[in-house]
Amino acid sequence: MFRLALKMLYGDVAKFIMLIGGLTVCSLLMTQQSGVFCGLMMWTTATIRNIDVPIWVCDAKVEQVNEVVPLRDVDVNRVRSVKGVEWAVPLYWGIIQTRLPNGAFQQVQLTGLDSATLVGRPPRMEKGTAEELRLPNAVIVDQVCVKKFKSKGLTLKVGDVFEINDKEARVVGICKAEQSFMGQPYVYTTYERALEYAPPQRKQLSFILVKPRADTPASEVVARIREVPGLAAFTAKDFADQTMGWYFKYTGIPISFGTVVVLGIIVGIAIAGQTFYLFVHENVRHLAALKAMGAGNVLLAEMVFLQAFVVGIAGYGLGTGLTAMLGAKFMTLGEPPFFLPWQVLAFAGGIIVFICLFAAGIGLIKVFRAEPAVVFR
Amino acid sequence: MSVAAEKNTAIRTRGVTKSFGRGESAVKALKGVDFDAHCGELIMIVGPSGCGKTTFLSVLCGTMRADEGSIEVFGTDIVHLGTGTLTAFRGQNVGFIFQQFNLIPTWNIVENASVPLLINGASRRTAETAARTLLAEIGLGARLSAFPSQLSGGQQQRVAIARALIHEPRLLICDEPTASLDAASGRKVMELLKGTACRPDRCVVVVTHDSRIFHFADRIAEMEDGVMKSVHKPGEYNPQYV
Ligand SMILES: Nc1ncnc2c1ncn2[C@@H]1O[C@H](COP(=O)(O)OP(=O)(O)O)[C@@H](O)[C@H]1O
Ligand SMILES: [Mg+2]
Repeated sequence: MFRLALKMLYGDVAKFIMLIGGLTVCSLLMTQQSGVFCGLMMWTTATIRNIDVPIWVCDAKVEQVNEVVPLRDVDVNRVRSVKGVEWAVPLYWGIIQTRLPNGAFQQVQLTGLDSATLVGRPPRMEKGTAEELRLPNAVIVDQVCVKKFKSKGLTLKVGDVFEINDKEARVVGICKAEQSFMGQPYVYTTYERALEYAPPQRKQLSFILVKPRADTPASEVVARIREVPGLAAFTAKDFADQTMGWYFKYTGIPISFGTVVVLGIIVGIAIAGQTFYLFVHENVRHLAALKAMGAGNVLLAEMVFLQAFVVGIAGYGLGTGLTAMLGAKFMTLGEPPFFLPWQVLAFAGGIIVFICLFAAGIGLIKVFRAEPAVVFR
Repeated sequence: MSVAAEKNTAIRTRGVTKSFGRGESAVKALKGVDFDAHCGELIMIVGPSGCGKTTFLSVLCGTMRADEGSIEVFGTDIVHLGTGTLTAFRGQNVGFIFQQFNLIPTWNIVENASVPLLINGASRRTAETAARTLLAEIGLGARLSAFPSQLSGGQQQRVAIARALIHEPRLLICDEPTASLDAASGRKVMELLKGTACRPDRCVVVVTHDSRIFHFADRIAEMEDGVMKSVHKPGEYNPQYV
């Protein structure tokens, strides 16, 4: 009977395609939008993973990593004197204008590393080494920078020169880094040189990067640094969580993506639910005939559920498959952001199951109500 | 009534009533039907349109519940069966032939004919083998992979006959089996019913108002306005309502 239930479903080609199409669009909207949303959320914390240190110290007013409230240089020493700190180094982190030899401008994320230790060095070097940052006027650019400059007419190679705030910057290496939220390319240099490039300000230290001693838990060191007036400290994980939480709370991003996801769910329920109802409605006479011939409600319910879940699984497979293909394309292009954790897939699967249950449920009410005697009409 | 007579009784109803709707607009379709049918006979129920024939068939085979009265089918009191038991009872003991054929359009004729066996739990292989054999017997052996819409009305009704007989039910219920067919196809269908379906242990009930097929009946019961009026031999019957 189950094979015949499926034949009944495939037999109505128009509705079969409608059903699968509706559920495909629904899964596609849900997973694709959630994927872009998760990717965007990942971008907000890319800096934390690029720099990759156990503890971040910042001004007490700072709530997330993309917001900089400068500290005084002496604060580095205040942190170094906290018990349990193995080392503490300064980081400059600011958006700044560069000028290409052909006169074009490009904003970059200037990252100034402690010159002695190079803590926070680029995660992956493609050309050159991080140590070469110690050479005069040396900078390392990331692949996004290469791409952006290229679009403005300069194919960056090691040895090329451009200007940051009218001062010379010479490329000694090219690296790969995770893309930041604002999308500006990374330009690495030393802390001291970053201050030369940056417009002069009273306070210029963006963050202090800290490693706790092996015998002291990071959380303990964080708690001690927080006791220093005017300073806040986070473990890398807490800082990332707090940053994502901040974007969740203070930006319209979750709402705009959430709207599309909800729209997807509504589309799924409306199209799939209604089409399936019509499908059952049109077949109710046949189902009643089966009932007259001795098919019980349980058997009929199993048939209807099978029909609903076959279209559900097909739609989910197609929708998530399309999302995966789009996602793969996005990831090779670098934007829009894309990250698809298994939770999103599970959530979308759950919604599809719910829609199928709902569609089969309203269909079943019709089947259960059908009097077998209608076959004589 | 003697034991022998009881054994021979296929259907026995007393005082069956059925109304549709409530209050002033209620329609009393059956007003106390007494009816007997025997094993081995083909009995026709005739009467004017709207006199309650279909309603009576429905309560007789248990697709609809009667309001009052007793209904015994092969000794089973179906009035007091629960819904699940009644459904299973229909599945095992009743074959149906409808005016509208009620074949499922997306299934080929072998699949359509095998359904009652599948419902009763037979394997697909057993059911389809039996369906092929039976369809070949009734002259559709060359069209086994056809879908209902590819067949003529008469051929579709023959598929329905195969479906009704495949699980060898003891009661065959036919509601206007020839009403959608031309005279020649109708006669063919009736010949098939008479030749294949009638067996000593089976009772065939045919509702019709097609006087061209009256001579196929062993007995004719005339219904009028919700009651059984009289029973006749086919040769002696001259319907007044036609
Ligand atoms: N489901 C129903 N709801 C309301 N009235 C019905 C229903 N079925 C039958 N009737 C009424 O019951 C009467 C008998 O109908 P039916 O048994 O179909 O007659 P027949 O088959 O002899 O033409 C008719 O008046 C019909 O209108
Ligand atoms: Mg009728």
